[in-house]
Amino acid sequence: MAILSLHSVSRSFGALKVTDDVSFELNAGEALGIIGPNGAGKSTLFNLITGNIAPDAGRVFLDGRDVTRLPPMERVRAGIGRSFQIPQPFGNLSVYENLLVAARFGGELGAGEAPAFCMDILSRTGLAAVAEKPSGGLSLLQRKRLELARAMATKPRVILLDEIAGGLTDAECVELVATIRAIHANGTAIIWIEHVLHALNSVVERLMVLNFGRMLMIGAPDQVMASPEVREIYLGIEA
Amino acid sequence: MILVDTLAQGLLLGGLYALFAAGLSLVFGIMRLVNLAHGDLIILGAYLILTISTVTGLHPFLAVLLAAPLMFGLGWLLQTHILNRVLGTDILPPLLVTFGLSVVIQNGLLAGFTADSQKLTAGPIEAASVNLGVVTLGVMPVLTFASAVAVVFALNQLFYRTALGRAFRATSDDAVTAQLMGIRPQSIFAIATGLALVVATIAALFLGTRANFDPSIGPARLLYAFEAVIIGGLGSLWGTLAGGIVIGMAQALGASVNPEWQILSGHIAFVLVLLIRPRGLFPRAND
Repeated sequence: MAILSLHSVSRSFGALKVTDDVSFELNAGEALGIIGPNGAGKSTLFNLITGNIAPDAGRVFLDGRDVTRLPPMERVRAGIGRSFQIPQPFGNLSVYENLLVAARFGGELGAGEAPAFCMDILSRTGLAAVAEKPSGGLSLLQRKRLELARAMATKPRVILLDEIAGGLTDAECVELVATIRAIHANGTAIIWIEHVLHALNSVVERLMVLNFGRMLMIGAPDQVMASPEVREIYLGIEA
Repeated sequence: MILVDTLAQGLLLGGLYALFAAGLSLVFGIMRLVNLAHGDLIILGAYLILTISTVTGLHPFLAVLLAAPLMFGLGWLLQTHILNRVLGTDILPPLLVTFGLSVVIQNGLLAGFTADSQKLTAGPIEAASVNLGVVTLGVMPVLTFASAVAVVFALNQLFYRTALGRAFRATSDDAVTAQLMGIRPQSIFAIATGLALVVATIAALFLGTRANFDPSIGPARLLYAFEAVIIGGLGSLWGTLAGGIVIGMAQALGASVNPEWQILSGHIAFVLVLLIRPRGLFPRAND
């Protein structure tokens, strides 16, 4: 059963078509990776799914419900959570408060249940020790963890991760991947844009390749990575 | 002794300026909107209290309890139907719209109430005073100052202790990301403007019982409010109280030397603070 599906979604900025007739289905509990060169339209695709930008054509369905015209806040409440490539914590709020906002408004939890829910996520994402710190002063790894934790606090059924491993050391990356695996193991569907392929391929069940806004290929990671076309476009290796 | 008395009167006057400014500070802090009609909305609040008081015979202190929710509703409608449409990266449209609103309110009040001066009559409390030995303070100025402290304290509690306050701060930080946390910024902005007009109504009560008012005096109140907000540091509520006190004290000191210097002294204090601390006394870290 598809939890999220895109039907022929397109979007242009001026003459540039950044998303070109993209269709795919994400099954409940599945982890899908998205790769592609810079400027391939990966983050735009996320913006189309979250509702930050509207498609010129095509439709987005969540659990069979057409959410194409829903504004971002209602899509969050419907179950789409998102982390950003460049962490964007609310700098005037503590780490814990960042999660509380997400849980109360996005996750629609009551005042009674939200604190324990947020503290649980903070401990699962390794942020419990910095819960009361202002989020503006965190390290890069902590900010990436906060992005993940805050998206989790919205109680998503689909979580969109945008280059969350970028800029981390290998050891930090291993830690973060373990956390993402645990989220996935709990049944949350994941779409993960990532350039760190070994991290991505250790989690996802399918891989999609975007190039110039078009979906070039989607399939099992081994199969996709073995494709001469993908190797040429994405890895720069001539077939 | 005279200096202590002057400073005490200035401190209490600062409370009134802080009340003028708190709503402006709230709205600016959350949505970076400079509401040029804020002074006129205070005067509108004063006329609303006057009307309720006249029609029902209620004391202004009770009439304000009816006026405040009406002003909240007005603020909510104003933000929802007008200001939310012009908020964006360009700061000019909201400035123009609120300037136009200022003109509309002034002329509307002129048409409805004429240019005659009005006053809210609070009764014997207006002349009551308390003798503290060193200084004698009017009960009304003390009430005004206490209200300013209470308003700033209450707004701070709201900001830092409630889910709505966290939504205010999150939206103020980043409205786009706030949407992805399930927050509807337009609703948050509407509640903020509603609250700002509740504070403006409290300011109107003390303005109207302290002195005469007419439809034209809004812009001058806006000026004092601006100066208090900027002296305090944009978006900081306790800073706004401090800013009001600085202007109040400067005016009182100026007036003690020469009554004609009262208003000018406040403006000079504003310029001096800006020269020494261009971001105000208590700037927010990320402004």
